Amino acid sequence: MPAIQETIDQVKAIDVSEYKYGFVTDVEMEKPAKGLTEDTVRYISSRKNEPAWMLEWRLDAFRRWKTMTEPTWARVSYPQIDFQDIYYYAAPKMNGAPKSLDEVDPAILDAYKKLGIPLREQEILAGVEPQNRVAVDAVFDSVSVVTTFRAELAKAGVIFCSISDALQEHPELVRKYIGSVVPVTDNYYATLNSAVFTDGSFVYIPKGVRCPMELSTYFRINEKNTGQFERTLIIAEEGAYVSYLEGCTAPQRDENQLHAAVVELVTMDDAEIKYSTVQNWYPGDANGKGGIYNFVTKRGDCRGKNSKISWTQVETGSAITWKYPSVILRGEGSRGEFYSIAVSNGMQQVDSGTKMIHLGKNTTSRIISKGISAGRSQNTYRGLVSAHRKATNARNFTNCDSLLIGNQCGAHTVPYIESKTSTATFEHEATTSKISEDQLFYCMQRGLSAEESTALIVNGFVKDVLQQLPMEFAVEAQKLISISLEGSVG
Amino acid sequence: MLQINNLHVKIADEDKVILRGLNLKVAKGEVAAIMGPNGSGKSTLSYVIAGKPDYEVTDGEVLLDGVNILEMAPDERAAAGLFLAFQYPMEIPGVATMTFLKAAMNAQRKQRGQAELTTPEFIKRVNAAAELLGIPKDMLRRPLNVGFSGGEKKRMEILQMTLLEPKMSVMDETDSGLDIDALKIVAEGVNARRDPEHGFLVITHYQRLLDYIKPDTVHVMSRGLIVKTGGPELALELEANGYRDYQSAA
Ligand SMILES: Nc1ncnc2c1ncn2[C@@H]1O[C@H](COP(=O)(O)OP(=O)(O)O)[C@@H](O)[C@H]1O
Ligand SMILES: [Mg+2]
Repeated sequence: MPAIQETIDQVKAIDVSEYKYGFVTDVEMEKPAKGLTEDTVRYISSRKNEPAWMLEWRLDAFRRWKTMTEPTWARVSYPQIDFQDIYYYAAPKMNGAPKSLDEVDPAILDAYKKLGIPLREQEILAGVEPQNRVAVDAVFDSVSVVTTFRAELAKAGVIFCSISDALQEHPELVRKYIGSVVPVTDNYYATLNSAVFTDGSFVYIPKGVRCPMELSTYFRINEKNTGQFERTLIIAEEGAYVSYLEGCTAPQRDENQLHAAVVELVTMDDAEIKYSTVQNWYPGDANGKGGIYNFVTKRGDCRGKNSKISWTQVETGSAITWKYPSVILRGEGSRGEFYSIAVSNGMQQVDSGTKMIHLGKNTTSRIISKGISAGRSQNTYRGLVSAHRKATNARNFTNCDSLLIGNQCGAHTVPYIESKTSTATFEHEATTSKISEDQLFYCMQRGLSAEESTALIVNGFVKDVLQQLPMEFAVEAQKLISISLEGSVG
Repeated sequence: MLQINNLHVKIADEDKVILRGLNLKVAKGEVAAIMGPNGSGKSTLSYVIAGKPDYEVTDGEVLLDGVNILEMAPDERAAAGLFLAFQYPMEIPGVATMTFLKAAMNAQRKQRGQAELTTPEFIKRVNAAAELLGIPKDMLRRPLNVGFSGGEKKRMEILQMTLLEPKMSVMDETDSGLDIDALKIVAEGVNARRDPEHGFLVITHYQRLLDYIKPDTVHVMSRGLIVKTGGPELALELEANGYRDYQSAA
């Protein structure tokens, strides 16, 4: 309950439709001209001092991208994006990469502090409560400005750094895995990302290692008219385990901004990756002006036997979300999970879901999706569960629940099921409900305000998924959901 | 004290009139019963007292301790000491009963300018009340009212009444759907909360409940009006003769 109360207080303290993370940080930036040509790709690659093969890979992606067209199958609508009117690289001016926190622009450290991610305190607290430590990679526009706890993680053999650093320090690992889960030509935005990705996180957990702390990346878009093209790659070798969380915020601006990320996960035998997202990009104002276009490709490959990949997402931000974190269940006995809470309010559009591709024997997957629509928003769950001919005894359980608040929003469920083996068992449940006036009245008769009542009912609705998040983030997420629904009770 | 003067109520957005100039008074510490045939407007009366939005008051007033509460939101009325035990309690999926109880108790305390309850104090109070009503602990961990039997839901209403310590409780057919044992437990719960500061308006269709909760006053309601008022003997008379005499009185 304290979380709910705090939420209510916060909501009351701020204006309607005021996004809490909408501030802008004044930092001197390095930006090449707007627009996208081969030269832009070369510029990014040379700025990062990348190996030649990486540049070739990018150029190949760029050439292919030029032959592709934007997908239109999602239930979202937006004006044509002018890809020549975007900055593809924006980095805070620094003399080379910062070696320590002291070399990072204080304005940037301050920005993260305002977001509730004090990078310095992280280290100061390091000695105090080891079990609560979280290592952070902070990505500001196009570059990672700092990654904490690198040295300590290295002792355990864990590599946690920006993908730019990984290309310098472990190019062989990057080369082996990049594009191996999401091929260069997978889809329009993934191909674009392959050409112009700027930064993101790289995680490598060696055989038999259980990562000693939570890892996380905080993505911040600060610059105007800038696209953020993040690339994240996580590899868990045999028997390894890691829990990783990403958070995202952006300033409040009238123009739409593009975020097109690619995330690839690989698990070998008996390995497990738990990937959680709390996505809170600027959603635009109440009339749908501004906000982030969040067009993201996330996929995990359970390459080894009995390996496991679990996606948990809390999606509250962005003007448009187009995102289907998926799992390829290749290894025998592997398991994929997708837990999602997608909240839409105002004029937001969400088209999100997952794909569970069963290739190996005895593979299992579980999908729990909770969509909450308020205001005039549209919220679609789109999911695919498929079983290959060889995927004998594949099993899936899917549960999609939608909750509507008010009469002007929409919820849609689009499940696709394909099975090429008669031994597969796929179960699907779906419900759509409304927060009823009667439930609200009942709660209010007990003394809860209209906002408190809504927050309570919504938190009850998403409970199954919140439980999947690491404890400290579950509380955060609970607050965020309530804030996102602010102004939705009439 | 609850006083209702000349209350006229219709369904919001419709012409259907349900209460037609109802007058009623429940003194401090009094247990008043309302009996009446189905459809006479008993639930409507209880909803209007509690502030349900589906109804429109076209005339009259409802005073709680002399203050007209008709302009107040339902949560403000609750904080002012009004409690409604619902004829059909709502299910709140995913919200543990404990969580709900704590939220409600603290919301009311906050509105009254009191400090939040500490967790040990809260648990102590819940356990004591639950024991009195024969509510097992595991039920308190389950989502509120989800999958509860009719009797369990009614007991849960009395538990909430006990914990929220209202000064005026309206109980809408709390006896319906209860077997005799459950009825006794519920009545005991109510009787335990009888005190000179706490008034009750007990709405029922059957006299049976009044064997266990002895009313000070009995009112007969028909077609949106109180048509007769008397002592406990009136309930017995209704039991013997039915509502026929009153159907046309209005
Ligand atoms: N929300 C509503 N909409 C339409 N009709 C209603 C509504 N509430 C009550 N009524 C009607 O008003 C009359 C009184 O109902 P109610 O107050 O439930 O009576 P009781 O509780 O005495 O059985 C009935 O005819 C019922 O159908
Ligand atoms: Mg009734």
